[in-house]
Amino acid sequence: MYNQALPDSSLIGCPHCDLLQRLPALEPGESARCPRCNEELWRRKEESLQRPLALTIAAALLYVVANAVPMLGLTVVGREAFTTVFGGAEHLWYAGWRSVAVLVLFTAVVAPGLQIGLMLAILVGAQWKRPPRWVGTLLRFHPRISTWSTIEVMILGVLVALIKIADYAKVIPGLALFVLGALIFLVAAIEASFDPREVWERVEWAEKAAKDAVSGKQMEGMVR
Amino acid sequence: MSTVRNQAVLTAMQQGLHSCEGCGLLSRPASGGHEGRCPRCGHELTFRKQASLQRTWALLISAAICYIPANILPVLTTTTAAGAESDTILQGVVLLWSPTGWPLSLIVLIASVMIPLAKIAALAYLLISVQRGSVRNNEQRVRLYRIVEIVGRWSMVDVFVDTFTASLVQLQPLMAVEPASGLVFFAAVVVLTMLAALSFDPRLIWDPSSSKEVHYA
Repeated sequence: MYNQALPDSSLIGCPHCDLLQRLPALEPGESARCPRCNEELWRRKEESLQRPLALTIAAALLYVVANAVPMLGLTVVGREAFTTVFGGAEHLWYAGWRSVAVLVLFTAVVAPGLQIGLMLAILVGAQWKRPPRWVGTLLRFHPRISTWSTIEVMILGVLVALIKIADYAKVIPGLALFVLGALIFLVAAIEASFDPREVWERVEWAEKAAKDAVSGKQMEGMVR
Repeated sequence: MSTVRNQAVLTAMQQGLHSCEGCGLLSRPASGGHEGRCPRCGHELTFRKQASLQRTWALLISAAICYIPANILPVLTTTTAAGAESDTILQGVVLLWSPTGWPLSLIVLIASVMIPLAKIAALAYLLISVQRGSVRNNEQRVRLYRIVEIVGRWSMVDVFVDTFTASLVQLQPLMAVEPASGLVFFAAVVVLTMLAALSFDPRLIWDPSSSKEVHYA
C-alpha cells in the first residue's frame, strides 16, 4: 500500500533526528543543515549531473585497469611473485578461508565495481527529462553499496603488508596500487559533485510505475 | 543562547508522517496505518527502523563475543625451514614496531584493536542511554553516532594486511604465510559492528526530548 505524498516536497523530516522542517531554496554551492542536530540535509551542486558523469567514466576506466594489472610483487633470492586484488581473495578461498575470501572480494572488488557501475547507470538515466523508474531503484540502492566499498582501507592494508614484507624480501609496488590511489580521489569527487535530490525531484514515481503496470495488464485483458 | 522558544518541537512521526530513508520524501500512511510504501522510491516505510534496539544489541553482543577470540587466536602462521610460528594481531603490532615503522604499527593498533572496542562501547552507551530515555547530551550523542559510522570501516585494515601478505608470501619451501583462525573472528567483528551501526536509528536519541512541549534552545 503506497503512502500519500505531501503536496510540498521541500517539507522533510531530518534523517538523524526526525525534526519536521522546510528546506530553503539554495543556490549552487550552498548547503542546509538541521537546526536541531546539525546534520547536513542538502547541498546543492553546480552541474550536478555533467561533472559526476565525466568523473564516473574516468573512474570506470581506472577500475578496470586496477583489477587487471598486478598490485604488488616481491623478489627474493631470484624468485618473483605477483598478486592482483582478485588474487588476494582467490588465495584465501583456495587456502580454505572462504568466509574471509568472500568479504575481501565483496569489499575490495564487487562493492567498488557496483558503486561505480550503478552511479554510471544513474547518471545516464538522469539525462532523461523524466528519468525512468529503474533510476530511482538504483539511486535508493547506491548508498547501501557504497558503505561496503572500502578501497581506501585496502590501500592502507596493502601499504602495511608491503612494509612488513620488506623486512625479508624486495617488494615491488604494482601499477594497480597507484591506479587505486587515484581511484580513491575520483570516487570522493563523484560523491562530492553529485546531488541525489536533483534526480529524486524528477524521477518517475514507484506508485505511478505500479499503476501503469496494472492498467497495462487491464488493457491487455480487455483486448483479449 | 538562553532564550526559551515556546513552540513545540515537532517531528515527522508526531505528525503521523513517514520520512523515507531511501529518498527523503515525506509521506502520510493510509488511514491509521503504521507501515506503508514510499510512493516515490518504493521503499518500505516505518516510523523508526524496525526493532532497531533489539537488532543492534544482538549484533553488538555477537561482535563483543567474537572480539575475544579475534584477539587471542593467531591471525597469521608463518612457515619457514626453521618451523612454523603464529602471530596474533597484537604480536603483529609488536613485530611491526621499529624506529621507522612505528607509525604503521600504531595505525594497525588503533584500527584493529582500539576502534572495534571503542565502537562496541560507543554503541552500547547509545543503546543504554536511549533505553533509559535520556534527554541529555543529544548533540554529542548523535555526533558520536556519526563518528562510529565513519570510522568503523577502517578496522577492516588488518583483514587486508593479512590477505595480501598471505597471497604474496608463497615462497615454498623457503617461506610461506597463511591466515589462521583468528582472522575469521576478526572479520566477523568488523562486519558485525558495521551492521550494528547500520541498524541503530539515531532518531531514537531525540524522541524523548521531542515529546517535551518546550524546547530550550
